[in-house]
Amino acid sequence: MTMGYQHELSNALLKVQHPCPGQLKTWNGSASDSRFAVYRNNVISSLINALADNFPVTLQLVGDEFFRAMASVFVREFPPQSPVLACYGASFARFMEVFPPAQGLPYLADVARLEFARIQAYHSADVATLGPEHLAQALADPAALEQMRLTLHPSLAVLNSPHAIVSLWAAHQGHVDIARVNPNTPEHGLILRNRMEVEVLQISTAAALFLGALMDSHPLAEAAEYAIACEPEFDLTPLLAHLIQTGAITRYSLSNSAA
Amino acid sequence: MNAKTRTVSAASLALALGAAVALSSAAVTTAHAADNEKCFGISLKGKNDCAAGAGTTCAGTSTTDYQANAWKYVPAGTCEKTESATSPTGFGQLTEYKPKA
Repeated sequence: MTMGYQHELSNALLKVQHPCPGQLKTWNGSASDSRFAVYRNNVISSLINALADNFPVTLQLVGDEFFRAMASVFVREFPPQSPVLACYGASFARFMEVFPPAQGLPYLADVARLEFARIQAYHSADVATLGPEHLAQALADPAALEQMRLTLHPSLAVLNSPHAIVSLWAAHQGHVDIARVNPNTPEHGLILRNRMEVEVLQISTAAALFLGALMDSHPLAEAAEYAIACEPEFDLTPLLAHLIQTGAITRYSLSNSAA
Repeated sequence: MNAKTRTVSAASLALALGAAVALSSAAVTTAHAADNEKCFGISLKGKNDCAAGAGTTCAGTSTTDYQANAWKYVPAGTCEKTESATSPTGFGQLTEYKPKA
């Protein structure tokens, strides 16, 4: 197959109004355009199914019919760039933000972002983590802790939303009664893979600021200051303990020396 | 010490990290882990966890594509049960509605 023909074929698969490529022949002489339509339907619906698998809560929020209709528009405009369907839909949330029929549900896109972050967390690289015994060594020189930098696990993501994305997601896991969720409450979500399981945790604005600063390679003291400026009562201990227990810290450095 | 006055001292960091390390060391064998989780928040796991995504064993089976114009449908999922400040009933609705003024 030539590149030009491949292009014609893939274009015709995604666009209903494009005709069946002329060179296609059927083995028994039956109409090639109706057979091509079957193939086209399978391609599109398998991609829609991939999105339904990747965004199950988004689907439940809007219902099957709406979700599939929205997905079919997305699939035709943004076909996958990779054969790995688990990676498909990175731009789906952005699409929802500007998709006119979804405008009544302003929280939809951020729920989709949370779902996609969970898949990415699941497939992120395995990295050896630091246990309490490793971090205890850093306590030998307390003065150096201000400049301590923590490297967090590649699966870790923090999502900041003006909507109750964690509660909305949790309601669809049976953890929360959806009727009690006010979607317009700002929420921050911490997503991370703890051993083999992806976990979602609602965190405070201060904790989200702290983690965001660490991810931007700010030293520990600076990150803690951001958090305390936002929430004077911010207690670093439980958050650090949580990070240690979930294997979220993979490396630390004290100024120039690294552990 | 930096010229800038730190609101977070090395001593307070040592205290926080030390306590976190102690909590985590104890967590291995005792119930401290659960206690600590309670004070920080519960990590939520997915129902029938399918975090691997499409193309894995989680994937469903094929169905028919909907017409491209079907997005005239309005959302009809759990959003109906979800509060909406712009909706007259206070919840998401099955049909299009005019936002509250």
